[in-house]
Amino acid sequence: MSDEQNSARYAVGIDLGTTHCVLSYVDLEAGDDAVLEVMPVPQLTAPGSVEEKWQLPSFVYQPHESELSDGDLGLPWEQAPAVVGTLARELGSKTPIRLVASAKSWLCHGGVDRHSAFLPLNSPEEVPKLSPLDATGQYLEHLRRAWDYWHPDAPLLDQDVTITVPASFDPAARELTADVARDIGFRHLTLLEEPQAAVYSWIEASQDAWRDEVGVGDIILVVDIGGGTSDFSLVAVTEDDGNLQLNRVAVGDHILLGGDNMDLALAYRLKAKLAQQGTNLQPWQVMGIVHACRDAKEKLLADPEVESVPIVVPSRGSKLLGGTLRTELTRDEVREALVEGFFPQVGIDEHPAVQARGALTQMGLPYAQDAAISRHLAAFLSRQHGAADELLGESGGDFIKPTRVLFNGGVLKAPALSERTLGIINGWLDAAGAPEATLLSGLDLDLAVARGSAYYGAVRQGQGVRIRGGIASAYYVGIESAMPAIPGMEPPVEALCVAPFGMEEGSETQVPGREFGLVVGEPVRFRFFGSTIRREDEAGTLLDFWEPDEIEELPEIQATLPVEGRTPGEVVPVRLASRVTEVGTLRLEAIPRDGAQRWQVELDVREQ
Amino acid sequence: MNFDFTALPTTLDAGHLGLAVLAMLFLVMYLSKGSSAQQAPAPQVKPEPVPEPKPEPKPEPKPVPKLKEATPDAALQLLSLLQQEARFVDFVREDLAGFSDADIGAAARVVHEGSRKALDEYFRFEPVRSEDEESRVTLQEGFDAHEVRLTGNVVGKAPFTGTLVHRGWKVTEVKLPKLAEGHNTRVIAPAEVEL
Repeated sequence: MSDEQNSARYAVGIDLGTTHCVLSYVDLEAGDDAVLEVMPVPQLTAPGSVEEKWQLPSFVYQPHESELSDGDLGLPWEQAPAVVGTLARELGSKTPIRLVASAKSWLCHGGVDRHSAFLPLNSPEEVPKLSPLDATGQYLEHLRRAWDYWHPDAPLLDQDVTITVPASFDPAARELTADVARDIGFRHLTLLEEPQAAVYSWIEASQDAWRDEVGVGDIILVVDIGGGTSDFSLVAVTEDDGNLQLNRVAVGDHILLGGDNMDLALAYRLKAKLAQQGTNLQPWQVMGIVHACRDAKEKLLADPEVESVPIVVPSRGSKLLGGTLRTELTRDEVREALVEGFFPQVGIDEHPAVQARGALTQMGLPYAQDAAISRHLAAFLSRQHGAADELLGESGGDFIKPTRVLFNGGVLKAPALSERTLGIINGWLDAAGAPEATLLSGLDLDLAVARGSAYYGAVRQGQGVRIRGGIASAYYVGIESAMPAIPGMEPPVEALCVAPFGMEEGSETQVPGREFGLVVGEPVRFRFFGSTIRREDEAGTLLDFWEPDEIEELPEIQATLPVEGRTPGEVVPVRLASRVTEVGTLRLEAIPRDGAQRWQVELDVREQ
Repeated sequence: MNFDFTALPTTLDAGHLGLAVLAMLFLVMYLSKGSSAQQAPAPQVKPEPVPEPKPEPKPEPKPVPKLKEATPDAALQLLSLLQQEARFVDFVREDLAGFSDADIGAAARVVHEGSRKALDEYFRFEPVRSEDEESRVTLQEGFDAHEVRLTGNVVGKAPFTGTLVHRGWKVTEVKLPKLAEGHNTRVIAPAEVEL
């Protein structure tokens, strides 16, 4: 740890969510009295009106010059070029062409050039465009300003900052997130997987009692269902020198499916119901229904006594009477649409019909095709059947059997949904003759990720349990095998492992056995692959065959040798090396045979 | 105007609702008289240097109770919030005659849900007295006349014993949004033009 790092007074955790951002922090100088706090974020909630809220909605709105008067965008600090937070979401609900939303989902979408400014998607030309990186930068910048406003003596850039990313983020998306933070000027930055942050939050909330709730051999399944994404992780409990040790052994795929999909599902159901009764809704009324469904859903799912909740969409004009639309959402409808639609009782061998990432070139976010979260969960547990074998010994069976379940994310606040999910998991366990899993509780499901990441920041400085894990994927570079071309057939590709599963932060691996010829001055692209289940492959392993669901193709990567000191067009033989940085990002490097120099391989390739 | 007194539930709901919210509005106007200074958007971390209170040499003969003028900004802000969240002004300004109870009920839901959301968001309430209403309570000497109002046979000296008619409400926390300087609070809901 450098001296610089010791100057940080606070450990700050930032949950950079798809729909909300939260910042939490611990005063590192407070010693044992340190309390984890969540920072209220001042933000515009209406033109000219600033409120402090725990969450900053992840939306950017770029108002038209004659839309708002100058004074109406005043914040406690210098005015920003665009509106971020609650007001952005409000304005955007009526003028979507100026709203940037879901920037985080775009950030991990390999099919687009994430540096190029294309958001809001398909909006008229005169609306200024932002890249997913720009938008993410605006959320971080807003949080930075808010922090500096509360703590003028301890600027955020000097603090020890942990930013959370989905466990399923690919290396390029992690690198991009770190880039954004670096551009803003964060000096002490670490990335942490969100489900791990939830586990840290649970540890923090339980004080020291967590050791009583889990024991050696336990497998904790973390189910995190947020506003826009679902994320799963597995953590195995082992023992080291008499101390319990937590090991993150597996992470799931990136699934674009969350609470917002549920509100939409309910709204469209009501729309269909009203259409049957002869009322056709205007688009703004549908928006109103989505809004009302969010609250009604929470009421119906929380209280088994409530049979129906009225849904009222007020008229747009000042005449409230007569123009107000009234319908109702019943318990049965919620059950059918959400419980059966998103959490159907399925067998452990029933997996989503379509695997998400097919066409990498499609424009638009790759939303999950299958809305059944339980099927995605079944697929995850089945794929990871051997995830804990190395640590806990062979378990056998077709799926991994969690013994503890930890829920996170706003959706699972609803008892009907969390109980259902636990019920489904236990159904699978029962059928396999395994003991039922128990629920680990004590999380604030909205704020846990931010709290957990601040706690992690504090833990890194001193005592406390840390989750071991390293990278949750093995990574491969594609090599076209040398065989005669056959018309109509792609040349078969072999995969060279460049970063083995579980590589720890700060470690480095040279890839033996294979040299690549790079052309000086010309970008050379490689196909890039990842596998979350091949744990044994070492760096240098060359695969010529794999099961289709074993290895997933990621966006291409690219190496460019600068011309300096060489002749353009010259072919230089290089070896590859991989490194997991302290920040938590993967770095691939090309090292020439003669060489002292190293060139970084770009994980995120820009469009030419 | 005709009132149909046989259809008590909905109309009364709507009527009482309006009254209750109006009462709350006045209460808050009253409470926010002094708090408008706190609501100013100046950063709290670096308070403006307060000018030294000027020494007042002449002793005042008699403290004359002064009437403070309530600043309209806080009241207008609350009206604006209630209008945004609950369509409060729309509802109260409308003529209920000629609408069915079902229509009024539907609108009342908008007003009720929105008002509750707004009040929960910006205020913390607690009852002044924790006893059950209609129970007997005794007020000791030195009770706060702001908090408890005596009515009826008001004679004699404390302790007073009587029936608690209404528990009272007090606001323990006000957290109104801060307003940008130069924001025109008189426009409580802008006109909306869709292009």
